Amino acid sequence: MIGFISRRLVQSVFVMLAVGLIAFGMFRYVGDPINNMVGQDTTLEQRAALRKQLGLDDPFIVQYARFMGNAAQGDFGVSYRQRRPVSELIQSRMPATLELSFISALMALCLGIPMGIYTALRRNGVLSRAFMTISLIGISLPTFLIGILMILFFGVMLRWLPSFGRGEVVQLGWWSTGLLTRSGWQSLIMPAFTLALFQMTLIMRLVRAEMLEVLQTDFIKFARARGLTERMINFRHALKNTLVPVITITGLQLGAIIAFSIITETVFQWPGMGLLFIQSIGSVDIPVMAAYLLLIAFFFVIINLIVDLLYFVVDPRLRIQKT
Amino acid sequence: MKLKQIIRHTTVAASLAVALCVGAGAAHAADGKTFRWAYQGDMMSLDPMSLNETFTLGLQGWFYETLAAYDKDLKLVPQLATSWENPEPTKWVFHLRKGVTFHDGTPFTADDVIFSWKRSLTEGSDMKGYGAKATDIKKVDDHTIEVTTPEPNPILPRDWTFLYIMSKSWAEKNNTTEAANVKGGDNNYSTMHENGTGPFMVADRQPDVKTTLKRYDGYWNKDIATNVTDVVFQPITQESTRVAALISGEMDLVMPVPVQDWPRLESEPNVQVLNEPEARAIFIGMDQDRDELLFSSVKGKNPFKDKRVREAIDLTVDTRTINQKIMRGAAKPLGTLIADKINGYDESFGKPYDTDVAKAKKLLADAGYPDGFTVQLDCPNDRYVNDEKVCQAVASMLARIGIKIDLLAQTKSKYFAKVLLQAGNNTSMYLLGWTPSSIDAANSLTNLVGCRDSKTASGQFNLGGYCNKEIDALIAKIGVETDQAARNKMIKEAFTILRNDYGYLPLHQQPMSWGVRKGIKVAQRADDVLDIRNVVMP
Repeated sequence: MIGFISRRLVQSVFVMLAVGLIAFGMFRYVGDPINNMVGQDTTLEQRAALRKQLGLDDPFIVQYARFMGNAAQGDFGVSYRQRRPVSELIQSRMPATLELSFISALMALCLGIPMGIYTALRRNGVLSRAFMTISLIGISLPTFLIGILMILFFGVMLRWLPSFGRGEVVQLGWWSTGLLTRSGWQSLIMPAFTLALFQMTLIMRLVRAEMLEVLQTDFIKFARARGLTERMINFRHALKNTLVPVITITGLQLGAIIAFSIITETVFQWPGMGLLFIQSIGSVDIPVMAAYLLLIAFFFVIINLIVDLLYFVVDPRLRIQKT
Repeated sequence: MKLKQIIRHTTVAASLAVALCVGAGAAHAADGKTFRWAYQGDMMSLDPMSLNETFTLGLQGWFYETLAAYDKDLKLVPQLATSWENPEPTKWVFHLRKGVTFHDGTPFTADDVIFSWKRSLTEGSDMKGYGAKATDIKKVDDHTIEVTTPEPNPILPRDWTFLYIMSKSWAEKNNTTEAANVKGGDNNYSTMHENGTGPFMVADRQPDVKTTLKRYDGYWNKDIATNVTDVVFQPITQESTRVAALISGEMDLVMPVPVQDWPRLESEPNVQVLNEPEARAIFIGMDQDRDELLFSSVKGKNPFKDKRVREAIDLTVDTRTINQKIMRGAAKPLGTLIADKINGYDESFGKPYDTDVAKAKKLLADAGYPDGFTVQLDCPNDRYVNDEKVCQAVASMLARIGIKIDLLAQTKSKYFAKVLLQAGNNTSMYLLGWTPSSIDAANSLTNLVGCRDSKTASGQFNLGGYCNKEIDALIAKIGVETDQAARNKMIKEAFTILRNDYGYLPLHQQPMSWGVRKGIKVAQRADDVLDIRNVVMP
């Protein structure tokens, strides 16, 4: 087991090196950071000096090596835009993204699974049809449009919810949380739902399909023949067997949620890492962009690892094969 | 059983959420003197010397102050200096205000001015250009300083309107005697903390998220109009979200508002749009330097070197129509490179060219292009008001005389990386905007019209390489002429020559665009700076 985990961690280093290389290869096409860093009265010579000082004249492979070398020692450089250490910046923005992602994943699961079960059991019910229609909307409408429509409806017309931001936050050490204040929860609802909608419909459709399949299998027929109650069959036997693929997909989707939160965060001015990334692209803030991409790559690797480990826990057959 | 629990929990959570929603609308409005506003981005830093950019400096002006500043009409007024004089061509004497204290309570003296000037010359500073306006500052007494300039400087108080004064003792105590440097180091206390003399103090700073300011009770000027006691500033990147926050009442003022949202806001009972013309002039430049254009169908020669071609272009593009169709009539069409609020402007050279397409066609034929030619126009699409649409309009107008525009509109980082001198100046025709930081015409002349010279920094934003020795001679004289009337006469002469030479295609002063809740009085300063001193809440 330990060998398996350490092998995966070594692999993750290679993944991050590759992501960094691709990122630095593309930064040349994002634009010139210097013009965003100085005012219009700065002379050409001063601009050239700054460019040299930051090593922007070097070939991208040299810039890449330098960044990676410093990053290996825990130094991600200083943001061009904010003049603050990148690690400090990302650390201050991470809680917002993680809270948003976690709550939306929870929302997607808590709504998606029951809806999936219901639509599988009452295939022709009116409510099932309604759920299926909603899920079609959730899958086909782009996130930013859903976000803007929600702001228009709940923020501007009804004025129930704040249309942007994170509300009041409470500082727990370096972690800032919006989960302990009322305005924090109010601000969380719309972005979390916007982000959850796609995942929710995905989970719902997955649960429905799996459930329909499992309900056709022999052991369910035997269970019926034994005279077990419908509830026992549906929830004890059928549901349990559908959950294995659901866990896999959900785990993998958590990474997608964190990465997709860029759009949701921009629409709702949610002060997380995604918004930081967008703002950094706008001003060609190379150290922040590089660090963010590496971090997301790292998240994906870790989440994949956890999902793989969950297989061992959930599926007894894998444990037997291993021994 | 599990499922039942899940469902129950979800129901509880949902009803809790609904309960939370109900009170949301009443969250504000209790304290009427809190001013909440949003801009599209945040100020870069609290350090007043880290970036010479209008928005950052404008907001910093709420807590930092300078010797002389602009009032709501962009008139120069005394701030930390009470008066100044120019006894000799290279000497300025400033009399400093007495009884001013910094936010930490220490008194403001001549030492702080000298310290701030020196700090502006440190490596991380982006205000070196302003610092270089003086070679020495002598302390005459605690409230008088004598500034020596490298050459006669008729507008030193104007040049220093954004050279903010910091406290020497505070900077030394907190190890921030040098401007915050992008290369890192320990001296970044000033990026997150301030100690100015302004009417507001920064109470809490979360970069990119929220900045809270509160009134400084010890502020020297008791006559400022504002009754605001607290300020909450939040950047909102997304345009639609920003507008929504204004309409929903979460914000008292947002800027900028997209032009296409004006009708929508005008239909709202509680908000209004302020759209006075800005001090920024928008214009199109043409490469008149290279012998062959980089991006054109004409080979072997450069059509823009021919004055007749430039004249044809200036006579074809109808800036009044662009204003009506694209700017909803809120821009001010221009025939020159400076706005009417800029010191030195005169209507004689500032009015737009009169359109005459027939004459333009003839001029173009005379120049040897009866069928026109193709040229690429570089244009940003997120820098100026409706920039891409303006370029499209120019393109369709020029098509009338056969000049086919190959429009390349892209995001500002990429646009500037293509056209600026430092980035290779790869352009044949480009749209640019300019506000002289000194609100004085000489700055525009030097940067946009002066022949390019890397040693003197002349023509640094003259991306088309326009060069006219006659104007250059005038610019040199304007730079050192301390008699204001004689100086303005030469400014007028220089711009008149430029106008008759059709050096540029001037377009307009773009409108500023602020959305504000009705009942709040604000002054829309033409440099697009919101000065809290003029904000009066109902």
